[in-house]
Amino acid sequence: MTEEQIRQAVLSGLAEIAPEADPEEIGPRENLREELDIDSYDFLNLLIGLNEKLGVEIPEEDYEKLVTLENLVSYLVLRLV
Amino acid sequence: MGEFIMPSLGADMKTGILVAWRVGAGDHVRHGEIIAEVETDKGLFEVEVFEDGVVERILVQPGPEKMPVGTVLATIRAEAEVAEPPTGEATPAKPRLKISPAARKRAAECQVDPATLQGSGQQGAITLADVERAAEGEAPAEPLPQKAPDDFRAGMRRSIAAAMSRSNREIPHYYLETEIDMSRALAWLKEENARRSIKERLLPAVLLIKAVAKALERVPELNGRWHEERLQIKKEMHIAFAVALRQGGLITPAIHQVDRKSLDQLRDDLSDLIARTRAGRLRASEMTDATITVTSLGDLGVETVYGVIYPPQVAIVGLGRIVERPWAERGLLGVRPIMRATLAADHRATDGHHGARFLEALSRALEEPEKL
Repeated sequence: MTEEQIRQAVLSGLAEIAPEADPEEIGPRENLREELDIDSYDFLNLLIGLNEKLGVEIPEEDYEKLVTLENLVSYLVLRLV
Repeated sequence: MGEFIMPSLGADMKTGILVAWRVGAGDHVRHGEIIAEVETDKGLFEVEVFEDGVVERILVQPGPEKMPVGTVLATIRAEAEVAEPPTGEATPAKPRLKISPAARKRAAECQVDPATLQGSGQQGAITLADVERAAEGEAPAEPLPQKAPDDFRAGMRRSIAAAMSRSNREIPHYYLETEIDMSRALAWLKEENARRSIKERLLPAVLLIKAVAKALERVPELNGRWHEERLQIKKEMHIAFAVALRQGGLITPAIHQVDRKSLDQLRDDLSDLIARTRAGRLRASEMTDATITVTSLGDLGVETVYGVIYPPQVAIVGLGRIVERPWAERGLLGVRPIMRATLAADHRATDGHHGARFLEALSRALEEPEKL
């Protein structure tokens, strides 16, 4: 699994929970929750989606580390690559 | 003979559009089965039928016209009743066309088949003008237009405005507030979720809704309807939960029988409800059955929410963000995660004593999360 594949999975997951937004336009260091108006329900759905796409289980205590796109991708790369 | 009418899907709803039938004349229907799709300012809803029987006659065809609440859309015969004498056709009776005598005569003269026309008259009736248009070879009536997102949002805003204005005008609200120590609830959730795979994890909202149901067991006067100058306490607890739509607008669909469901069932129901709310696929009963509403703006960082009651309910619970605060207990100072909970209630139905007891019961329910 490459970093690019992970990034694509994340972008696709974001598109699912925020269908009206264009994930390609999100800056890597922008606060995802604010930029996309995501609530805790959406965020959980995003993680469930990533679990289905990438097979990764993210524990609750790690949620707060996942603020930006960059955070999310790096975190997943560490766990998967 | 029962009548299936255009339902009222909210306090302020006056008209609805019949979008589609899910059954036809001659079909058997059971209580709770979805019989039609209706569109209002708030979106598309699946409407259930509340009796067992056979659809006798479809009186109104789907169309773009807004029909007043109460319009008879179909007749339903209870199983035990005798069927109407057959019309002489071997196949199930064709739905009777609503067409004026003048229009019917003109249609015959012009050799236009009225069954192919979209009626523009009252309740979808075919008018003389419709027949004339068809006779002149004009294009057939357009299919139901997809509401542009802006129209839809404007319509929803109007709906909300009407309901909230009415609430403010008619209901004498009183407000109470309390702070709830969420440390035990959060600790319990953390432990539970650590053991669960991601699909099974509980969001705090699930705990909160269940706790509201528990508190209502103590103060049932807040779970009811104001109707005909008096309070009607309801046994069932159908708790409406405020769901924000992704691009503006708010809908409060109800979760049925909250007191009878486990936390896992509530999690699944809440998830399903939010998804269907955002996709515009709610059921009519989810819009009309709520006995109380909970509005939680904690995610957005708001600490205190003072709600506006949705008539004919008599209360609304507001839950804010959980914040770490200094907390004194038995002379010692510590820091606890605190949530502000408010109650706005109808002073015709209850008074501050009821409200205070409810908030106290809510607080205690959240201090014993393992019992929820």
